[in-house]
Amino acid sequence: MTREEIIREENLVYKKPELLNDVPMHYCPGCSHGVVHKLISEVIAEMGLQEKSIGISPVGCAVFAYKYIDIDWQEAAHGRAPALATAVKRLLPDRLVFTYQGDGDLACIGTGETIHALNRGENITIIFINNAIYGMTGGQMAPTTLLGMKTVTCPYGRDPKLHGYPLKMTEIAATLEGTCYVTRQSVQNVASILKAKRAIRKAFEYSMQGKGSNLVEIVSTCNTNWKMTPEKANQWMEENMFPYYQLGDLKDNGNK
Amino acid sequence: MAENEITLMKGNEAIAHAAIRCGCDGYFGYPITPQSEVLETLAEQKPWETTGMVVVQAESEVSSINMVYGGACTGKRVMTSSSSPGVSLMQEGISYLAGAELPALVVNVQRGGPGLGTIQPSQADYFQTVKGGGHGDYRLITLAPASVQEMADFVDLAFELAFRYRNPAMILSDGAIGQMMEKVVLPPFKPRRTEEQIAKECPWATIGRKGGRKPNIITSLELRSEEMEINNLRIQAKYREIEKKEIRFEEYKTDDAEYLIVAFGSAARIAKKVIAIAREQGIKVGLLRPITLWPFPSAKIAELGQRMKGILTLEINAGQMVEDVRLAVECKVPVQYFGRLGGIIPEPEEVVEVLKKMVK
Amino acid sequence: MTHEIIISGFGGQGVLSMGKILAYSGLMEGKEVTWMPAYGPEQRGGTANVTVIVSDEPVSSPILSSYDVAIVLNQPSLDKFEPKVKKGGILIYDGNGINMPPKRKDINVYRIDAMDTAAKLNMIKVFNMMILGGLMKVRPVVTIESVLKALRKTLPERHHHLIPMNEEAIRKGMEIIVKEN
Repeated sequence: MTREEIIREENLVYKKPELLNDVPMHYCPGCSHGVVHKLISEVIAEMGLQEKSIGISPVGCAVFAYKYIDIDWQEAAHGRAPALATAVKRLLPDRLVFTYQGDGDLACIGTGETIHALNRGENITIIFINNAIYGMTGGQMAPTTLLGMKTVTCPYGRDPKLHGYPLKMTEIAATLEGTCYVTRQSVQNVASILKAKRAIRKAFEYSMQGKGSNLVEIVSTCNTNWKMTPEKANQWMEENMFPYYQLGDLKDNGNK
Repeated sequence: MAENEITLMKGNEAIAHAAIRCGCDGYFGYPITPQSEVLETLAEQKPWETTGMVVVQAESEVSSINMVYGGACTGKRVMTSSSSPGVSLMQEGISYLAGAELPALVVNVQRGGPGLGTIQPSQADYFQTVKGGGHGDYRLITLAPASVQEMADFVDLAFELAFRYRNPAMILSDGAIGQMMEKVVLPPFKPRRTEEQIAKECPWATIGRKGGRKPNIITSLELRSEEMEINNLRIQAKYREIEKKEIRFEEYKTDDAEYLIVAFGSAARIAKKVIAIAREQGIKVGLLRPITLWPFPSAKIAELGQRMKGILTLEINAGQMVEDVRLAVECKVPVQYFGRLGGIIPEPEEVVEVLKKMVK
Repeated sequence: MTHEIIISGFGGQGVLSMGKILAYSGLMEGKEVTWMPAYGPEQRGGTANVTVIVSDEPVSSPILSSYDVAIVLNQPSLDKFEPKVKKGGILIYDGNGINMPPKRKDINVYRIDAMDTAAKLNMIKVFNMMILGGLMKVRPVVTIESVLKALRKTLPERHHHLIPMNEEAIRKGMEIIVKEN
């Protein structure tokens, strides 16, 4: 078969999402961010919201999310994305407004902004990438770092006497009256990627329907700072992260 | 309230009413004495039912200023207000607003510090406001109202300047002006801008890339130093333009003056009383009241300084603006400071005594 | 003409609202006015004071160190503001709870037993208007018509039936104020 014979429409099984910009990503090979970016791009395009979406990027590895997804973006100060999203959604109620935040941004410095935006029931979606470590600054302890897990600021392992316990923000979010849909997903294989995509779609739909605030946590890897191969990182995540951060929907009030 | 009706209200209330009337799209704030009446008045007025203005009580000043940041990104007229400790918390967001070149209004109804300090009036946030309280090289367009009328008038002016230069603006007031009632004529109603107007006037706004335009991205981040230097130089060039075009001040009885008081805000009100008393006693004294604290009327002060025997800055702080006055006159005229601290407002008589000593 | 007035008493005595009505009445007459409270966490029982300036000229400093008129409604206020009345000025005090009456001879001292009178006549709610009436008698800063106009303007419609009672209190205050020196 010639090349021309192969690249026909009917043979298409996969393509780059149209909203994913054709630029090299700064993420490390094996990182979960790229997969989640792709899912967001696909969902926005499928919902036909390219001209109505405003993303808020965090401080952390995803600070440059605005370079990769072809929509309007605001880059927030560390932890403050939910405050920005609150104002944007209140001022432009018919837009899709979502934040994209890591564990340090959302569950540490921005805990206040996150909880209060969710509790007010702002009609936004928060995408929460939890890889249990600070990636961009070089592998420091995060609020979600597991007990015993080694990072450069807990080199002997996270010790609850010294560092307290890993924070389950998603469980907290599920208890808040203002939240509509709270779920925890992962993107380490095809099945989980498809499930995560459905979760993001549902959260975006609820946001647009004005049903309250939505939180989609994606339990992720940081193979670079975990100092593992991508494959080993996925395995380590399944064995160590999933028992503590259990996957699945924690709350779905969308059809109530 | 009818158009052009003279009414009596607090400075803080005037800020709220003026915001509704000048087409403000959103207010985001957190209670703190002595400025809480701004949020209270807005909540009572329910502008979301009339003009469509959004009012949100945030969980903190940190959140308020970041809501302002998010709102400003959409090209809307958005504002917050607070008092000194709250404004300290906002410094991060203010720096981001300046860095991302976003128009927004912050009102500081100052109280005395440092720390929790006092709830009584103060002007001790002069340095914080005009020298850059947050990180990085930036400036805030700063208006200092000296009456309830100016509280009302400066809201629209601050927004106009903020949008003209894509830079945050500050109304630097204090507890005295905020809490005082005076007569005021509120500005006429001006409709909020439509989305079409915003899209046209603020092509940078992140409101969704309608019509398939290229995405708008608002960020203050630039990791390439050469590019970041260019960004900084562009912002600095804008500041030079503002310094050239937007200096505002009031001159009072300077024609025959041999001595000059430089004072802003409520201190300028006291200065006028001082001048009345001092002139009865034969001291020829006038007032230069900076209305914009940045850009500062340095050239005007230098010009007036040439024919003065002495200059006194009257400030409700430990002597902050005095540094800028000394720089303006390049030490060619003796410049002295007088002020009170801790929330005490200088009494006219004690200032007259200081003047008398200067004359001797 | 400028009237520089301090009104001081316990929180809950209606000091601030009396000052507000006085300022508003000045406004009704086209005067320049300022109303500057000593603000803070004062609640019922604490001290409260307000400086009201009514003038034909633009008001310069809203904060003063001496006054044409001091209206003092408790002992601490009397102690604090008696020395700050300008020579030839006016001091008005309510006799209730005062055990150290004013001593200055170079000012005009007036006593108004509004607290007692208001209690007797079941008019406690408008006690402060009685005091205002007393002031208007000895220093006609504003006319009674302007005060009534101001009340109509500032009171919500549902409270307008209280205006006659306010007027009665003002007239009562004018009656019961007496010069002491």
